Amino acid sequence: MSFGPFLLLALMEGLVSAAVLALMASGLSLVFGVMRVVNVAHGAFFMTGAVLAWFVAGHVPGPPVVGWLVALIIVPPLVGLLAAAVDVLVLKRLEYEPEAVIVATIGLLYILEQVALLSFGPDARPVAAPFSLRLQLPWFGYSGYKLFVVAAAGAVLLAVWLVMTRTRFGLVMRATQVDRVTARAFGINVDRVYAGTFGLGAALAAVAAVLVVPTTQVHYLMGGDPLLLSFITVIIGGLGSLRGTLVAALIIGLSDGVISMFWAPTLSKIIATLLVALVLVFRPQGLFGAKA
Amino acid sequence: MKTTLTGIAPSRRAVLTGMGAGLIAGSAGLVRPVWAQAAPLKLGFQLHATGIGASYGRWYQRTADAALKKINEAGGIGGRPVEIVYEDDGTDPARGAEVVDKLNSQHGCDLIFGTLFSHVVMGSAPRAGELKVPYLVCSEGYHVASGALNRWTLQPGITDVRSQISSMAPWVAGNLGKKVTMFFPDYAFGYDHRDFFTKAIEAQGGQVVAQIAIPPTETSYTRYFAQIPAETEVLYHVMVGPGVLTFVKELGEFYGSGAKPQLFGFIDSLEAVDTATPGLEFLEGSHFWEAHPRVKPADAGAAEGDYRAAVGVDDNGASVADAKDVATYSHMFSAWETLHFIKQTVEASGYAGVADRQKLVEAMEAVTDLPYGIERPQGAKVFNGKTHQAFGSQNISKVEGGKLVKVHTTTIDEGKYDDGVDYTTMSF
Repeated sequence: MSFGPFLLLALMEGLVSAAVLALMASGLSLVFGVMRVVNVAHGAFFMTGAVLAWFVAGHVPGPPVVGWLVALIIVPPLVGLLAAAVDVLVLKRLEYEPEAVIVATIGLLYILEQVALLSFGPDARPVAAPFSLRLQLPWFGYSGYKLFVVAAAGAVLLAVWLVMTRTRFGLVMRATQVDRVTARAFGINVDRVYAGTFGLGAALAAVAAVLVVPTTQVHYLMGGDPLLLSFITVIIGGLGSLRGTLVAALIIGLSDGVISMFWAPTLSKIIATLLVALVLVFRPQGLFGAKA
Repeated sequence: MKTTLTGIAPSRRAVLTGMGAGLIAGSAGLVRPVWAQAAPLKLGFQLHATGIGASYGRWYQRTADAALKKINEAGGIGGRPVEIVYEDDGTDPARGAEVVDKLNSQHGCDLIFGTLFSHVVMGSAPRAGELKVPYLVCSEGYHVASGALNRWTLQPGITDVRSQISSMAPWVAGNLGKKVTMFFPDYAFGYDHRDFFTKAIEAQGGQVVAQIAIPPTETSYTRYFAQIPAETEVLYHVMVGPGVLTFVKELGEFYGSGAKPQLFGFIDSLEAVDTATPGLEFLEGSHFWEAHPRVKPADAGAAEGDYRAAVGVDDNGASVADAKDVATYSHMFSAWETLHFIKQTVEASGYAGVADRQKLVEAMEAVTDLPYGIERPQGAKVFNGKTHQAFGSQNISKVEGGKLVKVHTTTIDEGKYDDGVDYTTMSF
């Protein structure tokens, strides 16, 4: 394959991973920004979303698109509710002590994974794509659904941004992020904001999962890699900064696509990790993060 | 961590009595033969119950349980009842070594068997050697016959990758094409494929035109397809991991209905996966290596039906209880055959207790012929006591109408190669 199409394919692949990564990482970033805690179970929420999507899609009669749409509508709120419950029942009782939250969410990660193993089983299972459009380019074919994933992720991120900047809930969240004591003094129910934020973060991971499962498979260990990449993205972009997360996701996704195609996939992981180290040394708040 | 005892479900009284007997025996400082004969033979099973090997682990356990039931119903081993102690290793090498320790020291198992994933074997075998406990693996890796392990590690129930590949290469070159692009996982198991197939196809006048290593955690493959040279006649793919469905689906999207190379794969990619899964249509007409054909062939041997009934697998290779639960059929027979190998050699050596372990390994090394029968439903095997490795026939199947149909069977001799080691000259 000649250079032009090769680069095009690399960029398309990179764009798809960037889109999914942006969705995942924005959930993680939101939780850290508002609550100042690290959610290690973020990947497990992603996996739970995928397992639920598989379950829902398999139990809705009719063409695949119906089952998938139903999954897209009900799975993220379900995962969000689960996360909100975890927040109220566990994290709140730990008083959001950062170290304790890390340990608690590691525990949650194991619980979710083992529940999936016991109920869903160890096999990888597919979810049918809502439509099977195949784009035939002169040099190679490409999945139309993957391009749809990019557009859908963009739309969801836009919606999150609108919620954060244009709604009362977003205002309250930003107020809590800036200063939770003052926010409480102004009559904001910080407990409810925290539960809502933690739920929203997990729901974003679940949206990413429902979008991505038709191009991959549901597996009970599928949350590991996305979690790692989300952390890398969030650190590079700046914890708590949605704009930084988006830019970092694009950098990592596209460079991963190009580097892994022209050189080796392992090299792109090495470079991403190196980037994290450099950012931590020279700009600890991340590219777009505010100084703590 | 789950520990399960099966075969004999002891009552509380039996356990207490046993513990009492154990205490007395322990305080006496020796186990008298008369007691040892009455006590059950305890076999440790290193099980991939969780982690990436969990699909395999579930079927290995079912198969071993079925073999155990059959053996106990026929009077056990050497007149002693048999127990299997399952211990989960999480498909993790570090945990694997601990499991070997636990099965040996805590559960007091007579020997350990059942490990599949090669990195777990590599992590555990040295510990088995230090503890001087017979360790019978079911892993296909060439690491046993290559001489990388030790006198206590044997592989009597399944052939190794090198043997499988060298018997496949002539057929691939003769029927599919001579210019091959390889996809293999980027770790030891994949390197065995890369090295031995490249050599084997060159011996047939063919050539590997590209070697594409895939990291084990990869979830998207389209980016690698651009590296496939246009001259490629055959795509050789072997990948173990949950990503395989995506691999095939994306390959289908990439090539579409246009011209495409022939596909030859190892069934490891599709163990526990239904070949009729939506999205796998691209596999139609492609070929697979199978150790033990998943779909019962028309010319299957006499033992095939009985074996399938015993392990609860139907003629399509799925669980009789759930047609969607597809077996890891080309691997799980090794748990069955290894258990029968244990029975044969424990009885031949007159093994009575852990003091006889060395005698047991020597008896195993003395085995040569392993004829076809219900003990070896996959087929007859020849055991090489020097390299600790079994050799057997291989099969090639073609996907027709979403089903794997056997089209070719190799002879045992086609898979033989020169000895790489003589373990019998090593000390215990």
